Amino acid sequence: MIAELGHFSLILAFGIALVQMIVPMIGAHKGWRNWMAVGDPAAVSQLLLVGVAFAALTYSFVVSDFSLRLVVLNSHSAKPMLYKISGVWGNHEGSMLLWLLILTLFGACAVFFGGNLPATLKARVLAVQSTVSVAFYLFILLTSNPFIRLEVPPFDGQDLNPLLQDPGLAFHPPFLYLGYVGLSMAFSFAVAALIEGRVDAAWARWVRPWTLAAWVFLTIGIALGSWWAYYELGWGGFWFWDPVENASFMPWLLAAALLHSAIVVEKREALKSWTILLAILAFGFSLLGTFIVRSGVITSVHAFANDPERGVFILAILFVFVGGALTLYALRAGAMEAKGVFSLVSRESALVVNNILLAVSAFVVFIGTIWPLVAEMTMGRALSVGAPFFNAAFTPFMVVLALVLPLGAVLAWKRGSMGRAFKEMTPIAILSVALGALVFALQTGKSALGPVGVMLGLWVVLGALYDLWARSGRQGIAARLARMTRMPRADWGKATAHIGLGVTIFAIAGLTAWEQEDIRTAQVGVPFTVGAYDITLDGVERVQGPNYISTMATMTVRSAGDVVAVLTPEKRVYPVAAMPTTEASIRNGFLSDIYLVIGDPQSDGGYAVRTYIKPFANWIWGGCILMALGGFISLTDRRLRVAAGAAKSKTRAVPAE
Amino acid sequence: MKRFLILLAFLATPLYAVQPDEILSDPALEARAREISQGLRCPVCQNENIDDSNAPISRELRILLRERLVEGDTDQEVVDFIVARYGEYVLLEPVKSGANLILWWAAPLMLVLAGGIGFVTVRNRATAKPEDDLSEDEQKRLREILDA
Repeated sequence: MIAELGHFSLILAFGIALVQMIVPMIGAHKGWRNWMAVGDPAAVSQLLLVGVAFAALTYSFVVSDFSLRLVVLNSHSAKPMLYKISGVWGNHEGSMLLWLLILTLFGACAVFFGGNLPATLKARVLAVQSTVSVAFYLFILLTSNPFIRLEVPPFDGQDLNPLLQDPGLAFHPPFLYLGYVGLSMAFSFAVAALIEGRVDAAWARWVRPWTLAAWVFLTIGIALGSWWAYYELGWGGFWFWDPVENASFMPWLLAAALLHSAIVVEKREALKSWTILLAILAFGFSLLGTFIVRSGVITSVHAFANDPERGVFILAILFVFVGGALTLYALRAGAMEAKGVFSLVSRESALVVNNILLAVSAFVVFIGTIWPLVAEMTMGRALSVGAPFFNAAFTPFMVVLALVLPLGAVLAWKRGSMGRAFKEMTPIAILSVALGALVFALQTGKSALGPVGVMLGLWVVLGALYDLWARSGRQGIAARLARMTRMPRADWGKATAHIGLGVTIFAIAGLTAWEQEDIRTAQVGVPFTVGAYDITLDGVERVQGPNYISTMATMTVRSAGDVVAVLTPEKRVYPVAAMPTTEASIRNGFLSDIYLVIGDPQSDGGYAVRTYIKPFANWIWGGCILMALGGFISLTDRRLRVAAGAAKSKTRAVPAE
Repeated sequence: MKRFLILLAFLATPLYAVQPDEILSDPALEARAREISQGLRCPVCQNENIDDSNAPISRELRILLRERLVEGDTDQEVVDFIVARYGEYVLLEPVKSGANLILWWAAPLMLVLAGGIGFVTVRNRATAKPEDDLSEDEQKRLREILDA
């Protein structure tokens, strides 16, 4: 009964979406206010109805209603409650319903926060947003209905993939989807602006918070996924250049580019058509990501739904939306003429460089991801494009980005001086290079990766701090600090996010360069040494968990005789899913992690044990948290909240002098 | 579902990545073996190298490449030996020849293209005349007022 209620609300919401797709669009075209006004209640009721559908599905999972096919396939009565709930989106049908829920959530948010939008723009945005929804309603109702019942319900379910039964992964998809789908707002604004034929500073200011929010969520989602891989997959890798990871990384890179180009539109009314194109592409890549994950066309660990029918459907959605938007773009982009003037050396130009680097690096990820597919379809060659390609082709872009960032960030708007920027930044450059060199001198084994990481990370972090400091005036320290607290939140957001990027760059280089690994057969009670630690395998026992059986080792880590940690790495077998997992045991430290994995018993009575010392591992995600925090701080800037120049839509250009 | 069952068949007998008994006693040779195995893809897994992979075939490949190394093969000979048997699919780094050159050159070419477009755009902005604040009608009206 509850499930049917959910099914019914979903169909009802589809009907409303059809209305919202058509009526406000015609209203905006004809200038009929009452037709335009239909968008508001329609968007809110779509959210409510899809909310009911999602709640109904969640309820069925919580009470383990095994008459629903989806619940049988993905749940089990003995599963902990958290994973019964996360099981709702831990499968194809449920995750598409979550996608739709978030899509309607953003549509409704455009109503809640869009009070200051011109009526025609708002009506068009809501109509475009609803067009995307319609496609996904059809997709769910026709190919991936989560509410299908079984005639003969089984006694119990088949359990959720044990790899997905994890707190990190429980919240990874919702955040990722908030990011993916958040970019649909940027897309809707872009298409609405193309139909409207007008892009100005006010438009950029309206579209920026949505992009910023989407980017923050994508950052969190990607970081959660990477953190999960670190502790769950059993060897502490954090990024694999897997097609599905790339699918989330491309929109992230493009959203980052869009964030920065929208600033130029807002400040200078230039780069308009490029910004529109980026908005279309960013959402296009979100759809492409969905296609990659959902169709299983590029097989990877994540492709748990690989049904060709669904793949073709999503591909059709992708072509209709991206193709349609690009056609519209080709017809209309010519009308977007740039107004503002800025010199070759200016913050605006630096932001253009930022956009080139981010967009081309996204292109590198894209071509690397689809190349195996292209090679197979056109040449019949089965080949792989893996980490070595991406490390070689992608990393240079990030190195250059990190080198350019602090300089670009201190350049003046409109007309900057390279000489002045260099002069200002020289002490920081010298300090960064000196510390990099010091690290190079201290480390054993003369690898350049660690020192270069230290240098780049410091350069970015100190550059961001200097930027804040330099803008606090010329008085005493107290006055400067007081002034810093009164700076716009956007400035703090910028500094925080850039510091986060610096920290992550440093951490990735540091971890890769200085990681220690030890693989051996450990005998119970016989200590062995890894790095600065003595590790003893105290014993191994079998433990019964709620829905798994575990082989749990107890291991003591000592440093100079003192106990640092007692760790319990496990090997679990989930009998219902008949699947083993490794549960590494990690001592999280500020400077480094101790990472222990227990393997199989060996013929001589010992156990295979892997020990890793992972320096700065947590700094990778710490940097991501800072980046997301920076985006969030920037989002709270009052400039984005006050009626952003509704009357200012005819911004005048200011001469360069 | 079928794919899941196949996956399951491999996972049901977990053998974790590099095992203690595989490691060569010569650290230099072992380091080379690790380096090579990180560039080779496990033929039955999804995007995992044989160094990290738990699949039995990866273990066989790890042992095989170590045998070749012990017998005195160079790194390239070992890789060629395995590619000859399993195809270029196992190479995580695609060969830099033939059609793959498109893949390898795509990024630099795109960068040059984007840089060129970016430069032209920025130069246009730098040389553009600031837009007049008054439209033609307004200019005309202004002249009328001034001339009057």
